[in-house]
Amino acid sequence: MNCDVCQTEKATIFFSQMVEGKLQKVNLCKSCADEKGVTDPTGYELANMLAGMGKESEPEKPASSDTDELTCDSCGFTQTDFKKTGRFGCANCYYVFDDGLDSLLEAMHKHTQHKGKVPASFPNLPEAEPVETPSAEMEKSPLDKLSELKESLSKSVEDEDYEEAARIRDEISQLESQLGDS
Amino acid sequence: MRFSTLLKNPAEWMRTPGPESDIVITSRIRLARNLVGHAFPGWARKEGRIMVMDEIRPHLEELTEMKDSFSEEMTKLSAIEKQVLVERHLISREHAAKGPGCSTVMNRMQTISVMVNEEDHLRMQAIRPGLQLSSAFRMLDQIDTELEGELPYAFDHQYGYLTACPTNLGTGMRASAMLHLPGLVLSEQINQTIQGANKIGLAVRGLYGEGTEALANLFQISNQNTLGSTEEEIIEHLCRVIEQLIENEKNARMKILEDRPTTMQDQIGRAYAVLKYAHIITSKEALNHLSMIRLGCDLGFVPEEERETINVLLTEIQPAHLQISAKRKLTPEERDILRADIIRNSLNGLTPPDFSSILTERDDDQDE
Repeated sequence: MNCDVCQTEKATIFFSQMVEGKLQKVNLCKSCADEKGVTDPTGYELANMLAGMGKESEPEKPASSDTDELTCDSCGFTQTDFKKTGRFGCANCYYVFDDGLDSLLEAMHKHTQHKGKVPASFPNLPEAEPVETPSAEMEKSPLDKLSELKESLSKSVEDEDYEEAARIRDEISQLESQLGDS
Repeated sequence: MRFSTLLKNPAEWMRTPGPESDIVITSRIRLARNLVGHAFPGWARKEGRIMVMDEIRPHLEELTEMKDSFSEEMTKLSAIEKQVLVERHLISREHAAKGPGCSTVMNRMQTISVMVNEEDHLRMQAIRPGLQLSSAFRMLDQIDTELEGELPYAFDHQYGYLTACPTNLGTGMRASAMLHLPGLVLSEQINQTIQGANKIGLAVRGLYGEGTEALANLFQISNQNTLGSTEEEIIEHLCRVIEQLIENEKNARMKILEDRPTTMQDQIGRAYAVLKYAHIITSKEALNHLSMIRLGCDLGFVPEEERETINVLLTEIQPAHLQISAKRKLTPEERDILRADIIRNSLNGLTPPDFSSILTERDDDQDE
């Protein structure tokens, strides 16, 4: 594979970056990389080079030179940045830095599970998180659950599975008393 | 709508009384929202912020609620104009300090205002007079629902709405009320009250939010936890506490009237005298005396109609409002003179407080 810039030398440096949610890749040879400052820890933006702007980065946002550090692949935010500001870089950071997040949230809010409004478009999104399953279960309205139970009750009676029918009957009466309370 | 038009119209909450508006000045709901695939404003580059602003702003301006709105980039407003918006509680102090890629959109009534690229991509606020948290929420919720159809919100089933600061996760909602609590201040119960509220997860702050002084005996109380309860639960909890505070404030006032009626008369009478005759007055002094006249209204010593004048004055005598009305930058000394002029003019028709409804016993007649 040849260098994307000079097109002649063999590319030895492979650079990828998330820019506004899209992954962009550049393959460079050593001399072009040095010239473009890719290896310069004080900052380099792929989008700028691709757009041919080559503008210097804003001084408050140097790219991290510590490659070992956990960094958001979407916005370049690091754990150190979080410690410094107490804020995240972008929505994706919540998945990158989710280690220990629950205990932080527990201390902050006494809870770790959202209970309020859900945007209408959300349950259907394919990239919805796996945590969706238990929360979807919780969101099922008690009335829906009740009619579901009643259905399975009549089914188990039909099947003459009376043990199961008794269990469902108890669950129904429990649910009904709960509904009656509220 | 132009800035001058915005200025000429006092906000709805100043003019219209609401439930419990003797003690609850305003109810506010704020929602924080962000878009997926973009860095949060505090981390984004200038180009990123501008891109987000350009995506969001047209959708805000198209909302039915925002017809004939005031919509401007922060860089196009002067320092004084931005400060006027802060003094009207339409934008935060932080937002006033923002540069390129940040803007503000608000409706004519100044009941809805939206900051684009404050700490989050969207910070929407609804403000209503008196204790009307639920109605303020419904108003804002409708706008939020309209916007979620147009803009790709960052949301997660566990964490809720994803916000720059984890303290706003979940609902992204801050519900707050501005309370006038002179009784609790005069009876020195206010610190206890604040500590009590803190213990049950509520924050109590001064007139202009975090880290500001409590002027004019005004306090903002708001929820701190945003994750783990529904919007309705948060509002209900806050309302219950506010109702309790109203009760406590009323009791404190009655207790002072009973035990120390002369102190009460002195405070209100002195406020009347100073506001009516001063020619140089600082913001702090004026606000604290206006608070006492307001208390006089509540207790029936000052005509009820004055409440609206006081509400308008609370905002009009603030530094940026003074400089807008003078059409030039004023030194603090000049401001103190203009402030006194405006107050004297506004209270021109105000008659001396009438204390005939309370007993004429002196405080010193009583065992204290």
